[in-house]
Amino acid sequence: MNGLFAGLAAGLRHVGKLTIDGIWRLGFATRFMFAVLLASGQSLTRIHLTIRELYFSGVLSLLIITVSGLFVGLVLGLQGYDILQRYGSADAVGVMVALSLLRELGPVIAALLFASRAGSAITAEIGLMKTTEQLKAMDMMAVNPIARVVAPRFWGGVLSMPLLAALFSAMGVFGGWLITVVVIGVDDGAFWSQMQAAVEFDYDVLNGIIKSMVFGTVVSLIAVFEGYDCEPTAEGVSRAITRTVVTSALAILALDFVLTSFMFRG
Amino acid sequence: MPLVSLRDVRFAYGERSVLRGIDLDVHRGQVVAIMGGSGCGKTTLLRLIGGQLKANSGAVEVAGHEVGKLGRAELYAMRRRMGMLFQFGALFTDMSVFDNVAFPLREHTDLPPTMIRDLVLMKLQAVGLRGAASLRPGELSGGMARRVALARAVALDPMLILYDEPFAGLDPISLGIIGQLIRRLNDALGASSVMVTHDVHESLEIVDYIYFVSDGRIVAQGTPDEIRASADPFVHQFVNAEADGPVPFHYPAQPIDSLLGGRSA
Ligand SMILES: Nc1ncnc2c1ncn2[C@@H]1O[C@H](COP(=O)(O)OP(=O)(O)OP(=O)(O)O)[C@@H](O)[C@H]1O
Ligand SMILES: [Mg+2]
Repeated sequence: MNGLFAGLAAGLRHVGKLTIDGIWRLGFATRFMFAVLLASGQSLTRIHLTIRELYFSGVLSLLIITVSGLFVGLVLGLQGYDILQRYGSADAVGVMVALSLLRELGPVIAALLFASRAGSAITAEIGLMKTTEQLKAMDMMAVNPIARVVAPRFWGGVLSMPLLAALFSAMGVFGGWLITVVVIGVDDGAFWSQMQAAVEFDYDVLNGIIKSMVFGTVVSLIAVFEGYDCEPTAEGVSRAITRTVVTSALAILALDFVLTSFMFRG
Repeated sequence: MPLVSLRDVRFAYGERSVLRGIDLDVHRGQVVAIMGGSGCGKTTLLRLIGGQLKANSGAVEVAGHEVGKLGRAELYAMRRRMGMLFQFGALFTDMSVFDNVAFPLREHTDLPPTMIRDLVLMKLQAVGLRGAASLRPGELSGGMARRVALARAVALDPMLILYDEPFAGLDPISLGIIGQLIRRLNDALGASSVMVTHDVHESLEIVDYIYFVSDGRIVAQGTPDEIRASADPFVHQFVNAEADGPVPFHYPAQPIDSLLGGRSA
């Protein structure tokens, strides 16, 4: 009986500790975010620092984004055609492909890919710099590592995400056109004109851009935070990378729902 | 007035008290060694001088400023005049050797690129690695990396240079070279140096003064000649590398009987 009680108390203590740790980390992450924003001046005045990171997270993600966008478009084309032709409206397949991509799949899948390609790399890089005391060395040289290392990577990610999402959607539309018009034989004119008539810039396109800007900010913040906060050992870095990918995926999907419900016109 | 002075400095990592009242002076132009067993708090001591940690009590003064009381901007102003060699070099792995040494110059001066180039090559020449300027840190041996880090630490001609275990893991020849470099750079720059190390023999050759730390306190001190002649048991144990003596080999633990006895643990 006594043992049961002690076990229960220990369990409760454990839950309490987890909760406190979690809240503490959230507070730390918020303070960290303000520190990054405050230290962002250099990312603008010394723009080459940010451009370098734009290259690493943006340009190096181009291939995976292009190829994935194409495949997703091909699948959307096939599935969309299959469903729509049952109702005799196969011509509308262009609309379906474009709207699914612009509103949802472009921002969401591009962000998921970005988190696993660029986000994990950012975490690994910063985590490794921490583990090998490079950040401390920088700080001892009177150079603020948040301004010099963290902020440019954050802004590089924030800026490249919407561009990557746009590329993803464009490749997807191309893929959809390829499979339905070129392979299946849907009417070319109808494919494009229906799409043109149905897609609204300040609803479909703009909302998609807003989503990808939000995702880009959140993923970049998670990536730099996990790297900066990681335990300075090899396992610590690998755990931080995993957390970046997992937390980013959850954040993207949850935020997508929240944003969609705000944007939804019903 | 000494450049660096510590008065009754105490420091603990959470519950674990590491420094328990350290008094120490570094006069201008001197190279001072701090010695002690592994884990006795030598790196911690350097971090206190560099302002990366704050003492729980006591005063750490550098050039007349109390380090623990400086704001971030003042601390950074002070660090521009300090160089630190980290225990494992801490070179920036995404930059070449040249860019590593150029880093402090590019961050803190508006010198034109040609001048930076000349300065960097001069510093690399001083550590004998001008030919390695285009290599990456990953392509260097441990001793070479240490020398590059040394060149980077003195890039801005600091008034104070802090060395964390500059000799660890070096062969006897590189060890001698680094030792001579530390002395020569100190004298050429008119700087002062604090060196944390376990290497008694090399230190006795190059330093002006030595402090021995044990159990969070200074237990012995003196010039190399005084140290060689000392009858102090700590000094004796250190200089003769004996396992038995006042310097503990074990990390504090519960008595081993309580483990072997079984039930009481
Ligand atoms: N960040 C930390 N958190 C908690 N304890 C620490 C931390 N850093 C060091 N310690 C503890 O403080 C003591 C002193 O550490 P320090 O690194 O200053 O030793 P050291 O003299 O430099 O050792 P070494 O010669 O092995 O480099 C050690 O016992 C260590 O366990
Ligand atoms: Mg140490």
